[in-house]
Amino acid sequence: MNKYIPQIFIVIFLVLMMFTAVWAGIPWAGLINDSLVRLVMNGVLVLSLIPMLNVGAGINYGLPVAISAGLLGMAIAVNYQLSGILGFFAAIMLSALVAIVFGLGYAGILNRVRGREEITGVFAGFSFIYVMSFFWAVAPFTNPGMLWPIGGYGMRPTIGLGPYFAKSLNELWSLHIGDVLIPLGMLSFFALIGVMLYLLFKTRIGSAILAVGENECFARLAGINISRTRSIAIIISTIIAAIGICVYAQSYGFLELYEAPLMMAFPAASAILLGGSSGRRTTVLQAFLGTFLFQSVYVYSGPLANALLLPEVSEIFRVMISNGIILYALLFEGGRTSSEKV
Amino acid sequence: MKRSSVVTLVFLLLSALGWYYSGIGPVFLCNEVLTRFIRDAVLVLALLIPIAAGMGINFAITVGAMSAQVGFLTAIIMNIWGLAGLSVTLLVTLVAAIVTGWLVGLILNRVKGKEMITTIIIGFLANGLYQFVYLVGYGTFIPAFNQEILLSRGIGVRNMVDLAGYRNLMENIWMIEVGDIHIPLFMIMVVLLFCVVVAYIMNTRFGQRVRAVGQDMEKAAALGIDVNKTRLQAIILSTVLAGLGQILYLQNIGMINVYTAHMNSDIFSAAALLAGGATLKEARVRNVILGIFLFHTLFIVSPQAGQNLLGNAALGEYFRSFVAYGTIALALVFNETSQNIRGNKLCRIRNLFRKNKGPGVEPSI
Repeated sequence: MNKYIPQIFIVIFLVLMMFTAVWAGIPWAGLINDSLVRLVMNGVLVLSLIPMLNVGAGINYGLPVAISAGLLGMAIAVNYQLSGILGFFAAIMLSALVAIVFGLGYAGILNRVRGREEITGVFAGFSFIYVMSFFWAVAPFTNPGMLWPIGGYGMRPTIGLGPYFAKSLNELWSLHIGDVLIPLGMLSFFALIGVMLYLLFKTRIGSAILAVGENECFARLAGINISRTRSIAIIISTIIAAIGICVYAQSYGFLELYEAPLMMAFPAASAILLGGSSGRRTTVLQAFLGTFLFQSVYVYSGPLANALLLPEVSEIFRVMISNGIILYALLFEGGRTSSEKV
Repeated sequence: MKRSSVVTLVFLLLSALGWYYSGIGPVFLCNEVLTRFIRDAVLVLALLIPIAAGMGINFAITVGAMSAQVGFLTAIIMNIWGLAGLSVTLLVTLVAAIVTGWLVGLILNRVKGKEMITTIIIGFLANGLYQFVYLVGYGTFIPAFNQEILLSRGIGVRNMVDLAGYRNLMENIWMIEVGDIHIPLFMIMVVLLFCVVVAYIMNTRFGQRVRAVGQDMEKAAALGIDVNKTRLQAIILSTVLAGLGQILYLQNIGMINVYTAHMNSDIFSAAALLAGGATLKEARVRNVILGIFLFHTLFIVSPQAGQNLLGNAALGEYFRSFVAYGTIALALVFNETSQNIRGNKLCRIRNLFRKNKGPGVEPSI
């Protein structure tokens, strides 16, 4: 029981917040709707951590590398004014292609630092943000909607996706049940990625990834090429994260460039840790659960803080909760073993 | 040639090129670099002892920096200025830094082998707590004795708090002017004194203990050294130094940017230290001094160089941020390669018999 303290804490916190929200007269249908949307909006990014966790490379704090791939893919799609749900899928395809290239380089770095991927990932991600910032400022894009109005040169920090594919996935097959709006298309897309990830670990390459994560020495003796397997897992992670940022951006409605993705890895990391991952082998279900709990805290704390306290409080609390969970996981990692499987 | 000196050479080259293209005069550059040397040197010095103790870069020096801000804000909230104010500031900073340093040390003793990522997360968490206290607490659970720094809505401290009472209090002592270059001799002596003290500490019995722990925890324990206590002391010392460093930094600037002044103090200090030729396992005082001059020269000239070379100052800023983070990333990548080989050997022998466990926790970085 001891090892589920964060989960118990968050669930109690959530229940308390739900009651307060109802008491404060905040419409509950909207809250449920929001938490479903936010689950998928952030969930794909959280799912993207799984292949790297399972190959034993730890939590991917270098998520900004993958996010940059997604942003570049979307920027290309926006440049050619692709719109609607087809435009969105085109953006995903482009992002995945860029992610393969970025993932290869990222895997090359991480394969040099085995056992220290997390800290290296943090700084690889941070420094890559500034490489990309440099790129955004000089990139030869031509769609005037993306460029600074004055001078027509350099990307804007925030690009509205309204005329292109904003909300295209959110509004796909959305279903009204009473007051609650269920984004069926979005949920099925999320489920599809989850199922594909689940099936991946049933294949040959998936079992190789799991074997390397479980015990590198055994895997080597079994004739598995460790570096290659790790690279594949890292590239898969990068591709899924690139898709994840596409889902995030279309739901948010804006493409945020430059320094915006700097801190995005940390909420995703705490979500997967909240789901019960021990920093090693993680299941898709844990990622689902963790994201749902974590994002529900986001959804409930926002309007509550506005109604009861000061607006900044919710943001500060979110940062504290997200880092508190990561710190807790780091502290009590030793007590957990990777043998427990949920 | 060692890899760390390659880093220094690259910085030298980049700084020289940046300076050439920036068109900044040597007098201005000298004054700026001297100011930044006074501001940042002690913060960088704070990183040395944890590195010697084998804990890598202590990114939680932001916690020490926040302690200093807590010190200043406490004095200001209590409306104490002048020498008395400085004493209150010092006292509160020391107490806060010792307590927080002790907490950080306790945490780090539980996460051996993962110190650096943990200190980063501790920094973020402490930042949230700090912002909460001053943004929400002031005017609610902290009585607002000083109305001047209160936000107009009645809760929270303003973004900028003036330290006019302390500004240039010490800079003007023994100010020497060589041509147009202002050399605040007293402050330079203070900073150099800190350098000497840290160098001295590293050579005392305590320093030897720290280094023994840093080289091999198991051997140090076999020699009868209390490893956890030594690591705890190293972190407390580092946090206290960071607190003092931030006091020097803030009084030099003359105002507190309450919610952001401590941010990035860890990154820039670490990058400066590595630019001076330090590695994640070995850092000396001379790396601190050389590193600050190189790193901050690059920092000062890059926006202007970006403007002149590429017609956009922002490009220079992105470049320098990339250099700051990239230097740390590079140090991590090169540091691990040497470790990796040993790690794999260990793995072969030890882990063959331990299923379900990853590579064992390695004692050093």
